[in-house]
Amino acid sequence: MSDNTKVWEVFIQSKNGLAHKHVGNLHAPDKEMALQNARDLYTRRNEGSCIWVVKAEHIISSESEDGEAFFDPSNDKIYRHPTFYTLPKGSKYI
Amino acid sequence: MSLLNYTLRIADSSLILAQRISGWCSKGPTLEEDIALSNIALDLFGQANGFLEYASKLDGNKTPDQLAFNRNEREFFNLQITEQENGNFADTIVRQFFFSTYSFLFYTELSKSTDETLAALSVKSLKEVKYHLQHSKSWMLRLGDGTEESKQKTQDALQYFWQFTGELFEMDEVDIEMSKSGIGVGNSELKTNWDKMVNEVINQSTLERPVDAYMQTGSKKGLHTECLGHLLSEMQYLPRAYPNAKW
Amino acid sequence: MNEQKFQEKIDLERKIEPKDWMPEEYRSHLIRQISQHAHSEIIGMQPEGNWISRAPSLRAKMILLAKVQDEAGHGLYLYSACETLGISREELVQQLHDGKAKYSSIFNYPTLSWADMGAVGWLVDGAAIVNQVSLQRTSYGPYSRGMVKICKEESFHQRQGYEIMAEMAKGTPEQKEMAQDALNRFWWPSIMMFGPQDSDSPRTGNAMKWKIKRQFNDELRQKFIDQTVGQVKVIGLEIPDPDLKWNEERGHYDFGKMNWDEFWSVVNGNGPCNIQRLDHHKKAHSEGEWVRKAARSYSNKQEIINA
Repeated sequence: MSDNTKVWEVFIQSKNGLAHKHVGNLHAPDKEMALQNARDLYTRRNEGSCIWVVKAEHIISSESEDGEAFFDPSNDKIYRHPTFYTLPKGSKYI
Repeated sequence: MSLLNYTLRIADSSLILAQRISGWCSKGPTLEEDIALSNIALDLFGQANGFLEYASKLDGNKTPDQLAFNRNEREFFNLQITEQENGNFADTIVRQFFFSTYSFLFYTELSKSTDETLAALSVKSLKEVKYHLQHSKSWMLRLGDGTEESKQKTQDALQYFWQFTGELFEMDEVDIEMSKSGIGVGNSELKTNWDKMVNEVINQSTLERPVDAYMQTGSKKGLHTECLGHLLSEMQYLPRAYPNAKW
Repeated sequence: MNEQKFQEKIDLERKIEPKDWMPEEYRSHLIRQISQHAHSEIIGMQPEGNWISRAPSLRAKMILLAKVQDEAGHGLYLYSACETLGISREELVQQLHDGKAKYSSIFNYPTLSWADMGAVGWLVDGAAIVNQVSLQRTSYGPYSRGMVKICKEESFHQRQGYEIMAEMAKGTPEQKEMAQDALNRFWWPSIMMFGPQDSDSPRTGNAMKWKIKRQFNDELRQKFIDQTVGQVKVIGLEIPDPDLKWNEERGHYDFGKMNWDEFWSVVNGNGPCNIQRLDHHKKAHSEGEWVRKAARSYSNKQEIINA
């Protein structure tokens, strides 16, 4: 039998309410151990309130050569950003 | 005096087991597990430190470090199971599983102590122990229901460490006094739940519970197996060799 | 074409990511460098691990264990970064065991007294940090991010070492002697950690062009010496180099000649602990085999049950 265990990608939510952020990966034979290992490895300094582990093979990534086709079309759609809009002077809470 | 003795027993078990587990550092079966074991050792050193600080206060004379590094073998009151050598990984896991199950039940009760310091230290310890228990349970399942080799090693470990589990539930006059006054735990009452929890995991792990036979005893009187002397001579070497030095 | 685009990206200080095109040589250089770095963290656990059981106070024990544990973590981050280049951790470990991959030669020196825990943390980690700070800007994304994380976590490592040295230097005469002895033994190997002088370093060329390496060995070494000399004086110890003196004109310390014969001899396997360090790792790895097998077997059984 080969020595290969599965690779898991680890995402940590640093505080309740925030998004999970990718922090790295680890090796584990199964999901329970992956979660425990993630806790031991990536939250040694109180970094987390919630952990996700995902089998690395289950992550689908865009190819970076696709970069242009994938991401450029949203470049010119600046109306999606709030700073696009002019507000009358003195308006608040918007 | 009884309270000091009672506190030292708790502190010593954590300290000696921590010292043992820290021996795994750089020797774990995987890098991930190496880190996990160090975390458990660090938790236990932290617990030992907390209880030794309290013991030091009760003693009024010795610092926590002096208590750890200047007492002799017969003055240590750790449970004998904690001083046993690491052996192979199955030995370490079985030792941890027995002890963590016990600690879980013990600290659950001690967190209701009328002694505020002991109660507070127990609440903190309990959080950590819950994780140690989960960790050791996960491994009991994987080793017990893993391969033939791992099953055999784990069964052998159960057999070996079983003789040290009687001590967990013993009560001497100190325990009785502490328990009666609402400070300490009635250890003998923990056994039913301990048996239940341990049996469940042993069954799930497709292992067999050893038959009750002779149980080792003595730590409450400072009597130990031969393992402790070697552990202490290593641990205490520097403060003993250079009594005037500060580190 | 690819190569030109690649170089343009590098020149624009953009990071190379795992799925980007890269020259084969860039990939193999990175694998060699990152794995050597990872192995150094892992083998580096041993000289300090040697004193965990004998740390002289509860505080010292917890600090040292946490530090050595960090090194395991850092080795793991680096293996992760290396795996993004298409090589598995198992292969990397195999290369280490076969003697095909190297680790930092400094860990082939023994730790003989508690003061060595001070010297290792202060000087060895100190030198490593100078190097790692520079590598935070390395061109390969996963390596760079790993370095950022490691630098953040390692900030306590050097301080704890310096604290041990400072405490011992002002302690009993025996302690001071141990501290000076540790400094004597670790000074030269530490400054040689930055590697050969650039004039003798064959691989520097491409590494700089590709921005894998961001600063020259000699530059980093000088930086480390300049910042350490003052620290030595503050605690009243002496650097074992009679030629060490401030050079007003250069704005740097001049220092004596390094013994590269010894350096290469240790690199090539003749250090006091080369065999021991590798054997320790091999033994732990092979003793863990049945555990890893059990975990895999259990996981396979569960998958069948859940299928």
